[in-house]
Amino acid sequence: MELLEVKNLKTYFKTQKGMVKAVDGVSYSLDYGKVLGLVGESGCGKTTTALSIAKLLPPEGEIVSGEILLEGEDLLKLSKNKFKRKRWKDVSIIFQGAMSALNPVMKVGLQIAEALMLHEKLTYKQAMNRTKELFKLVEIDENRVSNYPHEFSGGMKQRVMIAMALACNPKVVIGDEPTTALDVMVQAQILNLLEKLKKEINMGLILITHDLSVLGEICDNVCVMYAGKIVENGTVEKIFNNHKHPYTHKLIKAFPNIHGERKLSTSIPGNPPNLLTPPSGCRFHPRCEFADEKCRTKEPELNKVGDHHFVACHYGGAFI
Amino acid sequence: MSDVVKIKDLKVYFDIQRGFLEDILSKEKLQVKAVGGVSLTIGKGEIVSLVGESGSGKTTIGKAVLDLVPTTNGEIVFMGESLKNKNKMEKKLFRQKAQMIFQDPYQSLNPKDIILDIVAEPLIVHKLVHTEMEKIERVKNALEMAGLVPGEDFLYHYPHELSGGQRQRVAIAGAIILDPEFIVADEPVSMLDVSIRIGILSLMMDLREQKGISYLFITHDLSLAWVISDKIAILYLGKIMEIGNADIIINSCLHPYSHALTSVMPVPKVSKGKERIILQGETPDPIHLPSGCRFHPRCPKAFEKCIIDEPDLIEVSSEHFVACHLFPRGCEMID
Repeated sequence: MELLEVKNLKTYFKTQKGMVKAVDGVSYSLDYGKVLGLVGESGCGKTTTALSIAKLLPPEGEIVSGEILLEGEDLLKLSKNKFKRKRWKDVSIIFQGAMSALNPVMKVGLQIAEALMLHEKLTYKQAMNRTKELFKLVEIDENRVSNYPHEFSGGMKQRVMIAMALACNPKVVIGDEPTTALDVMVQAQILNLLEKLKKEINMGLILITHDLSVLGEICDNVCVMYAGKIVENGTVEKIFNNHKHPYTHKLIKAFPNIHGERKLSTSIPGNPPNLLTPPSGCRFHPRCEFADEKCRTKEPELNKVGDHHFVACHYGGAFI
Repeated sequence: MSDVVKIKDLKVYFDIQRGFLEDILSKEKLQVKAVGGVSLTIGKGEIVSLVGESGSGKTTIGKAVLDLVPTTNGEIVFMGESLKNKNKMEKKLFRQKAQMIFQDPYQSLNPKDIILDIVAEPLIVHKLVHTEMEKIERVKNALEMAGLVPGEDFLYHYPHELSGGQRQRVAIAGAIILDPEFIVADEPVSMLDVSIRIGILSLMMDLREQKGISYLFITHDLSLAWVISDKIAILYLGKIMEIGNADIIINSCLHPYSHALTSVMPVPKVSKGKERIILQGETPDPIHLPSGCRFHPRCPKAFEKCIIDEPDLIEVSSEHFVACHLFPRGCEMID
């Protein structure tokens, strides 16, 4: 059995102007000890997918349909209270922007211990001891549990956020841009740490990022998202070396590659679409140079093009 | 190539504000040494990148070059003239010729102004236009040059109606409307999506081609710096560790810090198990700088001399300078 399976998830946001289809029919799965990368530009629905899994959507957000199976159990069918017990114990999140995600007037140790006391019913002392263990795990000196967030650097705060996410031994950890605000050197440290923890704890990790290079360093599988849909899904090798979707191709091309030619590639024309009124047919067609009549009218399905490799393009990579 | 900007031994220290009592009781004057002696030249139409982690002084150098922060020591020479002894009027002329593009287009544009007023502001400040017609015409031209075509469609919009990429183009239009010789671009694309980035960067490159604008490009992204710049300077704690031609820095850098940076440089490909030099710990604080070479506490190759002596920036081959005791003066001979 897969650890986590998301099937045809649709999450919409109610706004004054109408429904924003932030996530529109997304499916993927994640196995124990594996890292799944969700990559895409801002507004493509990466974070919304993650928040849907943890049921942490803002009030305007609503999961319209779909299934989220955690070890076979549908999380969406659980009542609010039942899910509350699962959150953090089964599914936890490393939030984006560690700089602002911690409570500035509370000692960091207590912020972690709080979750432990609530979910694991530990006493204060037990919880603090466990927090110290967690600090050791994320390579922070355990005596720093009684420091305040402002006494930590950005990288250290991110480590605290990771410790917090791991507090109750979750099965699935979602990292929402965990390294985005950090320096390259600190980013490399954090990615190394995540890699090590993944092996030690055998957890499944969903890594949300806009940075393709992060994927190449730690992910096993990658979903490329565009405008609320998955356009390509495959192993990290397939995505980088044998991608089939024009968007994936352009996205990878847009990154400077020091092993390639030293010049700017051509940019992807236009902007990501407004999800209030997504384009008809294939959502990428207004920005795709190969689009034809079929792309404009008929929406492509995510078709299998190889082992563990799916592409949502009518022409399945014929152009690349 | 004539030099547009010449920075000579620039130092920028910031005093630390402390309580009154603390101030009179402590003998030591605490200062943040943001920039500790940087020299750099930027030729006509040249793009020089400053690369470093946060706190390395990149932005401070950028601001100091434009005379936006007071400098502690050193001299900025712009088109052959030192900024030091300039009076107010002369400085105003300098400001027409040197502009800045900021990092965050969501914050650098006044949300209450329409695009026309934002872009026209430099014209008004410098009293360069006299009629409304003239103003609109010049703003339109600037917008179109910045890739917002047709320009008149954007004049009466507010910044919040535009996307991030468009906003950054507006900011660029505001920077080029006075026909500058030199632009400091402080992380101009780091807030933008990958697909938008390239458009902004190629716009900057085009402007260089057409108008011969020189750039000081500030970034933390080494691979980006490599793609667009002629020269790259690697900064660490306010000092240049290594400077040279972009290809040399990427492919055959010498300084251990540059080595570490290039080894963790993001690459869009499968790089699991790649050999990476990950430096432990973090950049020390710039108040209490380490003795000797400021990189020695984190340097995998440090030896005794590094703790005592600060290395000078030494030319190891043509146009390639390194500040490291591993490459002492004269080592280019051995090579």
